[in-house]
Amino acid sequence: MMLAMLIGILFAGGLAAWFCERLHPAAPARVALTALAFDAVLLFMLYPLAADNSAWIADLKWQWIPRFGIGFHLAMDGVSLLLVTLAVLLGCVAVGCARTEIRHRQGFFYFNLLFCLAGAVGVFLAMDLFLFFFCWELMLAPMYFLIGIWGHEDSIRAAIKFFIFTQVGGLLMLLAIVALALIYHADTGRYSFDYFDLLHATPDPHTAFLLMLGFFVAFSVKLPAIPFHAWLPDAHTQAPTAGSVILAGVMLKTGAYGLLRFTVPLFPDAAQQFAPVAMTLGAISVLYGAVMAYAQSDLKRLIAYTSISHMGFMLLGIFSLNLAALQGSVVTMLAHGFSAAALFMIAGALQERLHTREMGKMGGLWPLAPRLSAITLFFAIASLGLPGLGNFIGEFLVLLGTFKVNAGLTALTALVLILAPAYALLIVRKTLHGPLSEARQCADFGSRQLLALAILMLATLCLGLHPQPVLDLAQPSLLRILQAMPPET
Amino acid sequence: MDFQQLAAMPPIAIIAATVLLTMLAITVRRDFTLSCLLAGLGMAAALATAATGLRDAAVQVTPLIVMDGYGRFYMALLAATGLAALAFSHDYFKQRDGENEELPLLLLTALLGGLVLVASNHLAAFFIGLETLSISLFVLIAYSSDQDKSLEAAIKYLILSGVSSAFLLMGMAFIYARCGVLDFPGVGHYIAGRQHSDIMVLGGVMLVVAGMAFKLSLVPFHMWAADVYQGAPAPVTAFIATVSKGAVFILLLRYFLSTGSYGHSQLLNVFSTIAVLTILAGNLLALQQQNIKRILAYSSIAHLGYLTIIFIAGGNMAAEAAGFYLTAYFISTLGAFGVVAILSTAQTEAAEPAIYQGLFWRRPWLAAAFSVMLLSLAGIPPTAGFIGKFYVFVAGSDAKLWGLLLTLIIGSGLGLYYYLRIIVVMFLDAENIAPPVCRPAGKRLSHAALAILTILTVWLGIYPDYLMALLQG
Repeated sequence: MMLAMLIGILFAGGLAAWFCERLHPAAPARVALTALAFDAVLLFMLYPLAADNSAWIADLKWQWIPRFGIGFHLAMDGVSLLLVTLAVLLGCVAVGCARTEIRHRQGFFYFNLLFCLAGAVGVFLAMDLFLFFFCWELMLAPMYFLIGIWGHEDSIRAAIKFFIFTQVGGLLMLLAIVALALIYHADTGRYSFDYFDLLHATPDPHTAFLLMLGFFVAFSVKLPAIPFHAWLPDAHTQAPTAGSVILAGVMLKTGAYGLLRFTVPLFPDAAQQFAPVAMTLGAISVLYGAVMAYAQSDLKRLIAYTSISHMGFMLLGIFSLNLAALQGSVVTMLAHGFSAAALFMIAGALQERLHTREMGKMGGLWPLAPRLSAITLFFAIASLGLPGLGNFIGEFLVLLGTFKVNAGLTALTALVLILAPAYALLIVRKTLHGPLSEARQCADFGSRQLLALAILMLATLCLGLHPQPVLDLAQPSLLRILQAMPPET
Repeated sequence: MDFQQLAAMPPIAIIAATVLLTMLAITVRRDFTLSCLLAGLGMAAALATAATGLRDAAVQVTPLIVMDGYGRFYMALLAATGLAALAFSHDYFKQRDGENEELPLLLLTALLGGLVLVASNHLAAFFIGLETLSISLFVLIAYSSDQDKSLEAAIKYLILSGVSSAFLLMGMAFIYARCGVLDFPGVGHYIAGRQHSDIMVLGGVMLVVAGMAFKLSLVPFHMWAADVYQGAPAPVTAFIATVSKGAVFILLLRYFLSTGSYGHSQLLNVFSTIAVLTILAGNLLALQQQNIKRILAYSSIAHLGYLTIIFIAGGNMAAEAAGFYLTAYFISTLGAFGVVAILSTAQTEAAEPAIYQGLFWRRPWLAAAFSVMLLSLAGIPPTAGFIGKFYVFVAGSDAKLWGLLLTLIIGSGLGLYYYLRIIVVMFLDAENIAPPVCRPAGKRLSHAALAILTILTVWLGIYPDYLMALLQG
């Protein structure tokens, strides 16, 4: 019941935000924040339930479309709890940074923001493949509007590109889902789209491999991994700040989550067979993203490419199929959520103040805006993976786990430890240091933005210094995935 | 045929009686509202009788017509569609001068043709229904004859329709020459009795299919669609896109299911080629259009392509999947053209994208409804179109039509582009352009119909189970 409320509150909040715009111009933001606060309270109530460290934390199953055995089935384990928390936290942050940036059509803006989050939470909780796909698609249209209506100069093209990429990937997954359900139907004589039923479906190896590919393509479009990444730099660059925060912080994670929850457990043999290819794609994404980031002059584009690099780590970790690497992936999901969201907030704040995203036109901001600059430095080095901050733990664990499986690839990927400082320090040098490029005013962060960023800094620090609670929370779910894997040959 | 038999097929009898009644009423008093009211009552009564009798046993009425669950469901669907089209027509033609009283009458006769089609069990009834439908449509398309596009469209449709009817008759002649019967079970019996497929019957079926592919605007018989959609008045376009295409498709499916023509594997190859061509050409051509009605025309071509996948799949799932897909398609198409009709004025059809610019900020509800319809046509949840697409996937996977389903995915990706482009236009800022027309006064019926259609689209997208159970029974 609490799980349905998590989603329902966001939906209701979205509708309420839209309709109360006429009462007061600031009302939509307050309503949105209230809805997110309610969700946060629910999450606090769920955390103690996770303490027994074994089974699912919560489970809810209602009939939905009995004709095809489709249920409204939600369940939560440690991983989904962490990711829903991330979504709610970043939702609050996004509302925080939208209050200064979004000036027109506020009601519809918060409606889309909350619907997008509701879809994402639904994705993290759905245990019925039809419901999962439903929520997966539900995220798209609101995000499309966020980018298209409130985005920057070339936003419509970027938004359409985003929509078409994800939709085509998604339909491949729908095809795979339906085919899997029909195989289950052929086995047992009844229709079911339930995750726990379909785990027992027995497609023959060849079919399983193709179906696994269907899922893999959909998720790696969202992730995005090479070669499906073309939509991401455009979408990020054009999106408004709050849109970028949600896109980088929450929506990309749905891809990684999908790989972890569906691709690997549903098709263990096929996944193992495919692992070398997936890991190579991951490694290429890591290096390619980093190299491309270094080559950018547009700040938001640069951050977008670092996202590709970090998401490559997740792909690498998930297909290494051992506990350390999987935990590394989960930690990277959270850490990247915090750091990318913060960096996009900073980029948005700079654009708002300087009216440019070109780093060539920035420079010398430190004396003008010391707080902004210090925070930028913090998240830049978090993004390069400095020990003591969250990203380091994630990347280290992924590399550790991958090394056991494929040492050569790990060595190659580790080159990113040289490339990442290069792009991270590029941000710092070009925007903060050097002479002032032209005489200009640059207001420092206000208290509201400081609060939002302080939360993210604190989260990054906690994750870096004391990651054990997160690892403990995720461990049972990850172990369950690994138990189902075929023994190593 | 005696009275008892007539009473056994109430929707057809009611519509036929309403046709006569409306015609008499017009001779007594020319009043547009009155004839709309009569037509509406007739359609509502037909809808009610078809819907209440849904679970009754199948009855064979004369050798021509069979009243079974399948037929009754589609009769109800067609009657409901007719009602919506009538509501749009009423508001649309009310604002135009001229003698509009025959318009409801023609909608009724077209609907009568559609009802006969979906219930026909015999090649003769098939032809009668089709011609009743088509001849009414010629006049409907040309109804606002003061607009030059309209006459051009009607003549185009008339000539091509005539040619396709000739093909159809030739095909029927071939089938009759071999089977010696015209009723579907008889033809099925003949086909079942043969080891190999008979080349003459096959040729006949092929010619019939060619004739019907024209009505369905499947590629390469699609040339007329865009021009006719553009030239016809918007409510009539809605009617053509739904009732005319739907009824023919339903008949085709019934013919194939009840005569066992799925045995002709060559035919299925032909259909697969047609489906691939239709999906790709429909979507690719839509990309190049600016006119909203033309975009919707090509989108409807693509949708018939998706339906053809269900048709090819056949099997147990086909009737149910086609039922759901058609319902979703009917509702969304009616809604989309309904918006066009509402925005049209006495002088202009609302087909230029400029009319839609900033619509969301001027008339949010109308724009929201249009967005829902377009998203439904694009197959995005939570709309009925998504469940329809899901059915295509289920039926297609069941029959292992992987190539066709991949084409469907490509087509949907392409389709998304032009649907989203229309939606984007509605969300653009309209501050720098003056609204092209002042708000046309009072189109209450259309608004009510559109509201119902929108609610249905979302309702069927979230809670499709009721309709599924209905179709399964």
